[in-house]
Formats: sequence, structure tokens, C-alpha cells
Amino acid sequence: MGSFLERIAILGVGWYGFRPTTPEVSFREMVFEAAVRAYQDAGDINPRSDVDSFISCQEDFWEGISISDEFAPDQIGGAMRPTMTVTGDSLQGLAHAFMHINSGVANVVAVEAHSKVSDILTLSDIIKFAMDPIYVRSIEPKNFHFIAGLDAVKFMERKGITREDLALVVEKNKRAGLSSPRASYASNISVKDILDKDFIIYPLSELDIAPFVDGAVVVVVASEDVAKKIKKDDYVIIKGLGFATDSSNIETADLGKATYMRVASDMAYKMAGITSPRSYFDSVFVDDRYSYKELQHLEGLKISEEPSKDLREGNFSPQGEIPVNPLGGHLAKGVPLEASGFSLLLDAINYIRQGKIERALVASWRGIPTFTGSVIVVEKP
Amino acid sequence: MKVNIYLNKRVAVIGAGLTLFRRRLLETPQEMAWEAARKALDEAGLELRDIDCVVIGSAPDAFDGVHMKGEYLSHGSGGIRKPVSRVFVGGATGVMTAISGWYHVASGLCQRVLAVAEEKMSPSRPHPQAIFKYIWDPILEKPLNPNLIWIFAMEMHRYMATYGIKKEDIALVSVKNKRNALNNPYAQLGANITVEDVLKSEVLVWPVQLLDVSPVSDGAAAIVLASEDVARRYTDTPVWVEGVGWTLDNTEWPARDLAYARYVEFAARMAYKMAGIERPNKEIDVVEPYDPFDYKELHHLEALQLAKRGEAPKLLKEGVFDIDGDIPSSPSGGLLGVGNPIAAAGLMKVVSIYWQLKGTAGKMQVKKPVHTGLAQAWGDLMQAGTVIIMRN
Repeated sequence: MGSFLERIAILGVGWYGFRPTTPEVSFREMVFEAAVRAYQDAGDINPRSDVDSFISCQEDFWEGISISDEFAPDQIGGAMRPTMTVTGDSLQGLAHAFMHINSGVANVVAVEAHSKVSDILTLSDIIKFAMDPIYVRSIEPKNFHFIAGLDAVKFMERKGITREDLALVVEKNKRAGLSSPRASYASNISVKDILDKDFIIYPLSELDIAPFVDGAVVVVVASEDVAKKIKKDDYVIIKGLGFATDSSNIETADLGKATYMRVASDMAYKMAGITSPRSYFDSVFVDDRYSYKELQHLEGLKISEEPSKDLREGNFSPQGEIPVNPLGGHLAKGVPLEASGFSLLLDAINYIRQGKIERALVASWRGIPTFTGSVIVVEKP
Repeated sequence: MKVNIYLNKRVAVIGAGLTLFRRRLLETPQEMAWEAARKALDEAGLELRDIDCVVIGSAPDAFDGVHMKGEYLSHGSGGIRKPVSRVFVGGATGVMTAISGWYHVASGLCQRVLAVAEEKMSPSRPHPQAIFKYIWDPILEKPLNPNLIWIFAMEMHRYMATYGIKKEDIALVSVKNKRNALNNPYAQLGANITVEDVLKSEVLVWPVQLLDVSPVSDGAAAIVLASEDVARRYTDTPVWVEGVGWTLDNTEWPARDLAYARYVEFAARMAYKMAGIERPNKEIDVVEPYDPFDYKELHHLEALQLAKRGEAPKLLKEGVFDIDGDIPSSPSGGLLGVGNPIAAAGLMKVVSIYWQLKGTAGKMQVKKPVHTGLAQAWGDLMQAGTVIIMRN
């Protein structure tokens, strides 16, 4: 493994949606809205002359289009320019942007990711279609959450975590979301409300599982030299990043552990020169699309060896020692498919820009049935 | 557009592997990916544990019948507890996979990268063409139910009409490539055919006939890329990646100039600039242009600036693109002869140039000494061009 030559800066961000449905726009219109806002936020740059390459993060089956990359360029200004698709989480797309800049093919890169999940009539079947056709799909699972159920039980057993702990995560995040402009599912809910719900799959109830949501996010990144010229010191630095896949086959992956997050964060910490993540970061923005995943990911990221203990002691609350998802995470915002990582990154950038923190850890997971995670370290320059 | 003319990290290809290209291979997509990956690792003299990052290329998920195909393929591609990601630019994905492998190393992120492309088209029912029913704009075009061959028939017709090119001139590409494929041990459709055979084959959508088109195929390809210091430790004959380029035109293909692939020209110019090439037709020794249809090879040779607009058929007739010509084109046999498992076919073109420059192409080796080669792929709605230039 090598190391980067140049630090990369986030010049601008733009978003649209984060609502259960967005009937007023197509996915391309939604991305256009986010792109216009991102380019303005980046110093009112012109994508046709100021951006060197463009990356789209999308998957064919989410779009209902067989080669979804065809529909990537126009709405971000990428026609007749180096435009490509990374079929992965937006943070993986950001990693490719990082490489475009460090390899020298670009100074400024725009990355988009979006979710028009409200258009999908058969979401559950599509998710099952991501499972191995011979060994997993053939058992005809009735509920795609079954993998999360197995993973949660094994994790909870190993770490002594209870249903009440999971409910505490849900209560914390849904309440924290009340201060976010993007949290359609935020609410002032109590642990009792959560424990009273029936299981979707043991040990997870409807409230332990983040719903899906429409949304688009565009992020413009540049080499730090360019960022200084355009924005002086009004940008955010990406100090380290990593992404990793455990085994993609459920039977050979580490159930009950976020090994993908451990590998990805080790890579990011090495790049950023971080040896004590718990003390380094002011706040953590981590995938919590299942309540237990927040705790499992915090263990994988080396933020907490005993996440349930920290949770019970209030260390992860917005006023705690190391706030985790202080703007509500996916449980409050929903899961915007491939834009999930960017939605967490947006929260981190908001927090940094508001002066509440200086250094944040952002960690995203691609969801069932994957074992893929991405991590970035962002901070003030 | 910024282009890195002064490359601060050189990147070499040090190993490559292919599966057979066939209709209805029995192996699963993961098994095919691993077969190609293992061969590439063997040629490079590396083990999976030596690999830092894995890049995957595969075209529509629907061919393999798996959503999130990159995730599914990662296990078979050796992407276990490593950074893995998949790139996708439709039919141009194969060369983009190599380009992405290049920037994984050139950026300094990784030192040894395994780039794997796979496609399993034959299980699609009732025919792989059905997958292409869903590539269109869902509002403006899908209700018309266009067929992929229809739009390529339009493009071929436009190319012929604009430059006054005859069908028999284009058929020579099919004759050449299928003949070249007889020398390729991985090829699906090597054959000694004549122009007359092409002209008498079944008309699919005029002017496209059966022998103008590449077949439905399953297959996988892989390469190993490494930083300069690593490459020199493992081989005395590294093949350097000297230039890369990619471009996507807009989505609205009906408004496009179908007679000329401008987006391929843009991608080529980016790669030429990086490689310091000013006169491509004098400096490129061997080329693998993307040839899913016979006219596309000519179309692409022109966009790559290896022939003037409308003049590629004339040079073809003169033998310039033959295996013993001035600029041998598709010495592997191309997609028309080797087969067209979409993303794998594009990476196969890169593998072909790598073997040519290394001098290990066996019976496929072109007659003249070669030092600079180019592989190119094309895709999406006649809108994507990807180009890679390598030197020995």
C-alpha cells in the first residue's frame, strides 16, 4: 500500500431532497439541482471549464436502466468530458476522485450520487437479487433483513448487547435528527415506544431499521493548492480515506463483526497518521441503517471497544464525549442508496462549518447483502 | 482539462490472463473472474496476498443476473479484505478497468493492483438482446421499444452515406478479424471467410448482417499493474502505461453526428497528450480498436486519428491494418473473432496489446517490431470512449 502525495479539499457541496418521495423531479433533475448548488458553494465555478473529471455513483437495478452510466453526464456538466461511473457508495466514488487528482489527470473533480428509491416498486426483490444466485437467493428468503438479523444476534451475543441498547441508539438518533434539515424520520421517541414494536426480524423492529429516502448529493473536490486559490481557507480537508470489502460471500465473511470497516479505517488512519482514533475525532458520522450497526461499526472503527457501555453512559450523545451521529444518522434521515456516504459527509461538513467541531470521522456501509465499507477523515485545514 | 504530461509515478502491466471466450461457459461469473485473475497473477509471479487493491469492470448487471455485480464479483476477483471497487462505462468498461487500475497505482494509493473484467451474457432469456430493451430513456425512447441493432444500423448507414463507403469495403474487417482469430487460442469465432460470405449472411437490420456482428459470449480477463519499483523487481520486460483518456458524450444520441465518433477522438487526444504523441498514424505501431460491429473498427480508427475521416476503408483495402501491415489492427481477432463478453472484451484488447509489446503474443504476434500500442473501447448509447496507450 502506498501513500498519497497531495491532500485533497472539499470545495463545495449541494443536495436536494431527503424526503420519502420527490414527485416534482426526475432523478436527473434532482441531481441537476444538487449540482448547481454544489458548483455555487464551490465558489461559483463553471463545470464546463473548471471541473476536470466527473464521477457518478449508481447501480443499474436501482435506476431501472440497464446501462445507467449513459444518464450520468448531462446534469452535472460532464458531457464530452472525462465522466465515469463507480458502482459503489459515494465515498468510494470520492476515493476515485482522490485518485484522479493524485494521479495528475485532474485538479478539480465533481462526484454525484443519488437515490430515487420512491420509483422502485419491488425494492425487496431487487435487494434479494444482489444475493448469490446459487447459494443464497435459491433459499428464497422471505425477508432480506434476515442477514442483518443473523449479524445482529452474533454481534450482540459476542459483546453482551441487549435490545434496550439498540432502542437507546434509535432514541438518540431520531431525537438528534430534529436539529437536521434533512431528517424526514426524526422524532421525539422513547425507548419504550421502540421496545413495544413487533419484530420485523429478530432482534430488529421496524424502528430499528432505517427507511429509504430520495435524495441527491454532489460534492466538488480539488487539490489543496486549487482550493486555496478559490476559497482561501473556507474548505474542508480530506486527510485520509479507505474502503474495503470483506468477503462478498456471506458464508465466508465475518458475521457479527464489521471487518470491512476495520480494514477501511486502518487504511484511512494510516494515511492520516492517526494512532488513537477515539481521542483524535471530535465527532463520528457512521452508518446506522440498522440500530446495531452503529455500535458494530464503532467497534470496527476502533472508536469504542465496549460500545454499549459508552452508549449507556451517554458518551455518544450530541453533548457526550464523542458525539455519534449528532444530526441523526440514517435512522433519522433515511437511506439514500448510493448517496448514503455523502449524506453522512454532509452532516460532518455542516458540523465543521458551524464551528461545532474541527475533526470528524465519516464511515459508510453499502447495506444488505454487502460487506463493504468506506471511511474518510475530514477536518478544518 | 488538466492532463498529467509529467507523470510522477510510472505504472507497468506485469501480468495478464484470459479465460476462453465462449457461448454458455459452465463456470459461474465468480469462477470465470478467478480463472482470469489467477492466470494474471501467475504471469506476474505474484500471489493474491501481494495485491493491494482490486478493480472490477463489468457491464450491465442484468447480463449476469445479479444486482450490485461488483460486490458479487469481488470474491471471485480476489477482492477479499482489500479495497475493491467497480467501474462502469457501458461497453467501454473493459479499457476503463485498466485505466482505473492505472490511477490506483499512479495516485500512490496502491503499488500492486489486480484489474478484472467479467461478463456472462449467455444465460439471459430469451436472448441477451432483451437486456438492451432497458438501456433507453424511460420516457422518450423506451415506449418505442427500440432494438440495439436498429440504432447501430442507423449509425452504419450514416457512416456509409456520409463518406460513400460500400458494404463490401466494411466486410473486409470481418474477414480480417476472423482470420486473425484463428491464431488466438482463446477465440470463439476464428474462421476463414470471404467478403461474399459476409454479404450473403442473414440481414438483421439493413445494412447490418449476421457476419457484421460480434457474437454473444461469456468470458473474463485480468491484468496486474504495478508501480515502477515493484515492476522492476518482478520482470525484465514491463510494459508501461503511457497515456489514458476517457470521454462521455451526452445522453441524447439522436442529436449526435453518427458518422464520426467525436467522443473517441476526445479520449484519444487526452491519451496522446499524456503519452506525448503528436502524429498517431506514425507513432502507434499496433492497435486494438473496439469492433463489436465491423464498421465500428473503421469508425474508431478514424476517431483515433489513425486514418482521415472516411478513409479507413481505403487503408484497410491497401493492407495497412493487416497483421503484416503498417498499423496492424485487431491482431487478436477482435470482438468479431475472439468474442464479445462486453467488459472482458475491452480488457482483452488491453491484454492483446500488452502481449504484443512484451513479444509473447505467439502466433498472434505482428510481423513488424512494435514499441507503442493502443487499445480502445466504446459504449453506452454510442457515447463513451476509453483509450489506453502502452509502450515497451
